[in-house]
Amino acid sequence: MSTATNTPGAAAPGNRKAPAGERVADWADGRLGIYSLAKSNMRKIFPDHWSFMLGEICLYSFIIIILTGVYLTLFFHPSMNEVVYHGPYEPMQGIRMSEAYASTLDISFDVRGGLLVRQIHHWAAVIFLAGMFVHMFRVFFTGAYRKPREINWLFGFLLFVLGMFTGFTGYSLPDDLLSGTGVRFTQGAILSMPVVGTYISMFLFGGEFPGGDIIARFYSIHILLLPGIMLGLVVGHLILVFYHKHTQFAGPGKTNNNVVGMPLLPVYMAKAGGFFFLVFGFIAIIAAIASINPIWALGPYRPDQVSTGAQPDWYMGFAEGFVRVMPGWEINLWGHTLVLGVLIPLVLFGVILGLLALWPFIESWITGDKREHHILDKPRNAPTRTALGVAWVTIYFVMLIGGGNDIWATHFSLSLNSISWFVRVAFFVGPVVAFVVTRRICLGLQRRDKEKVLHGRESGLIKRLPHGEFVEVHEPLSPEMLHTLTAHEQYKPLEIGPTVDENGVERKVSRITKVRARLSKGLYGESSQIPKPTAEEYKEITSGHGHH
Amino acid sequence: MSSQEIPEENLPEEQGAAHDAVDKAHADPFADPGLPAHKPRIQDLDERAAKRSERTVATMFLLSMLATVGFIASYVIFPVDKIVFIFPFGHVSALNFSLGLTLGLALFLIGAGAVHWARTLMSDVEVADERHPIEATPEVKAKVLADFADGARESALGRRKLIRNTMFGALALVPLSGVVLLRDLGPLPEKKLRKTLWAKGKQLVNMNTMEPLRPEDVVVGSLTFAMPEGLEEHDEDFQTQIAKAALMIIRIEPDDIKDKREREWAHEGIVAFSKICTHVGCPISLYEQQTHHVLCPCHQSTFDLSDGARVIFGPAGHSLPQLRIGVNSEGNLEALGDFEEPVGPAFWERG
Repeated sequence: MSTATNTPGAAAPGNRKAPAGERVADWADGRLGIYSLAKSNMRKIFPDHWSFMLGEICLYSFIIIILTGVYLTLFFHPSMNEVVYHGPYEPMQGIRMSEAYASTLDISFDVRGGLLVRQIHHWAAVIFLAGMFVHMFRVFFTGAYRKPREINWLFGFLLFVLGMFTGFTGYSLPDDLLSGTGVRFTQGAILSMPVVGTYISMFLFGGEFPGGDIIARFYSIHILLLPGIMLGLVVGHLILVFYHKHTQFAGPGKTNNNVVGMPLLPVYMAKAGGFFFLVFGFIAIIAAIASINPIWALGPYRPDQVSTGAQPDWYMGFAEGFVRVMPGWEINLWGHTLVLGVLIPLVLFGVILGLLALWPFIESWITGDKREHHILDKPRNAPTRTALGVAWVTIYFVMLIGGGNDIWATHFSLSLNSISWFVRVAFFVGPVVAFVVTRRICLGLQRRDKEKVLHGRESGLIKRLPHGEFVEVHEPLSPEMLHTLTAHEQYKPLEIGPTVDENGVERKVSRITKVRARLSKGLYGESSQIPKPTAEEYKEITSGHGHH
Repeated sequence: MSSQEIPEENLPEEQGAAHDAVDKAHADPFADPGLPAHKPRIQDLDERAAKRSERTVATMFLLSMLATVGFIASYVIFPVDKIVFIFPFGHVSALNFSLGLTLGLALFLIGAGAVHWARTLMSDVEVADERHPIEATPEVKAKVLADFADGARESALGRRKLIRNTMFGALALVPLSGVVLLRDLGPLPEKKLRKTLWAKGKQLVNMNTMEPLRPEDVVVGSLTFAMPEGLEEHDEDFQTQIAKAALMIIRIEPDDIKDKREREWAHEGIVAFSKICTHVGCPISLYEQQTHHVLCPCHQSTFDLSDGARVIFGPAGHSLPQLRIGVNSEGNLEALGDFEEPVGPAFWERG
């Protein structure tokens, strides 16, 4: 071995023998070019803000899901063959069930630590989806999706949607009474699709519901197809985060052309690496003290049995809501049935999610802004966007209420029928109210910022003037604060200009341009933003001459 | 909001300080003052504080090691079926509880140690890095376009149209093989969703007793589930068959049956309806004795069994199909045919 390292070619200048770590790195560099890679990335700067760790929660829970998922595949049997249970769990003795359900019982009661891993897996999945939801809205409300990050927004959106379906196929695998009911619901929804519904159902289930194939098929979708795609998207998402460099909030020294923060090595290695362990530890502790999806209490799936209070995992509750509160419209014509009562919820589910995916492109079309944006907006400084986002979230939560209408009814002694009617009305009224209220709050906050910039901060000190009047002392803001509160850009609404030129010739304005101008006015018109204080205003007030 | 009410001359002297700041800032009072100076932490100034941080971090790492030892010990010590009472969690599996807590602590303490280390001992000086535009410079773009044009020309793809068109044709056709391979994922729907196991002469088997149902077994106010005779729980296709054939039986005073056809298809007030909800197929299982309403617990569709099982609330789109029943020579309830319409959720071909 020593002879190999002492070959003439490796003799370092000065006869110094490089430390082992360096020699390994040299070896790798000669083959992978790691030094060039590290040059731009090892000390890469990451800005710091609490909201930037929301995405990290998603990444880490995703890794935890993969680790625990691999373990679970070692014990789970994705088979619908019927067995009679004779395992350690007494209440299920002699009960007929599928092998999938029996092996899930074994994981829970026979494999030491199996229950813990199952619960970590499920808890991590719930947190993964919740994390993506919150992360997505952090990005939305701060406008972080703007150029050059629109594609990464789509990657993230796809991860959210695929995560929902991976979660659904995952919790369906144990073939328990609750999840089987969810699969039945899905099959019923598929049947509602015009023309192709029955075919898709037969092809997906290998025949009539439930058949004997669906668990094995969901298994390959759940452990291979969807996570494979998601892993690719996660890697792409991270590469783009590195390539674009992270966004930052406005502040002293922070511009659109720099990124201010601390270097990857060592601070973010330690913080982000440490945060992985924090998230993993937190989920392990939850899995120790809070049971999730206790399939042993539910029993094996039977298409003719059901439990009350059936609920999907939270991220499917939104879809569940649409299905529950939709009136049961059916149109029968020419020997065919259009099952609008199920089809409309199915379509709305896609359309409402899709709106979110499209928003960055809609916004950039309205603004016509082709520049890169690396400084985040405070939500208040984009009132219409913020209001639209809150309206979307309102629909989402109204539908979550709809999805759990039976739970609301039993827990709060309410009439199920009134809850359904409330949700039907709130689906239309809720987002409008949320929009108006949010925009007002944003405008109020903008006024407050303006006030603070022009007149200073309320210090809480009361001063008595010689003639007896009491006034509160206002402290002027620091230059840092003045800059931070005025750094945001304000768009001007798009002007179509006169439609008739000076010679009286009519100028053609396309309908699309008119729509765009209208939307632009809605987003950036006089009633949609408070003009930020100008230097002149500030000088006039602070110079002491400007009575007004 | 209050300052507007204060006359200018009454504004406090701090205003003067602001005045200076404005002068310093020349034209723009809102100009970027640049990165603020680094504020040292106690650990940067006092080596004793830094030592304390070091000890804290090391303690967390040490405790993590102990927790891992505890994890392995728990794995060995606690039997998998041991249940213990732990306040406030109630009766829990000793193994799951101890494994989860020790693993959680072992992980959490590594994380907490690393973050504390980063926050107190690693440099927290903020540094600015430059950004560069994502899009290429015009020169780079021109070079790439020229390269592409060269490549495209050398391939002669545009000139030799025969190659191009046949290649596109071949590439477009070859995925068809993959699509064709998917054909055997399942059978065609045909009339499968229209038929159930019920047929003329099949006795109704009580799913609790597995005995044929007799009219006297069914009393007013009871809800009984039945399946067709000949179907056994251990049959390979039991699940698929019961998913369509599941039946619920109730008895209503014949005069209380509002629907004429329902009364005709009943036997002395005993009516048999499909148990599978016409919304998305959950089994209906909640029955209100007084009103003869049944409710699907999944999406709360409610049907009035005394009025042809019509939908009175919820998202279901049509009534539950009724099975025509009678009594055979042995005095058992029997079906007088299959359902006249498909059971379960509606579909395009249902009509």
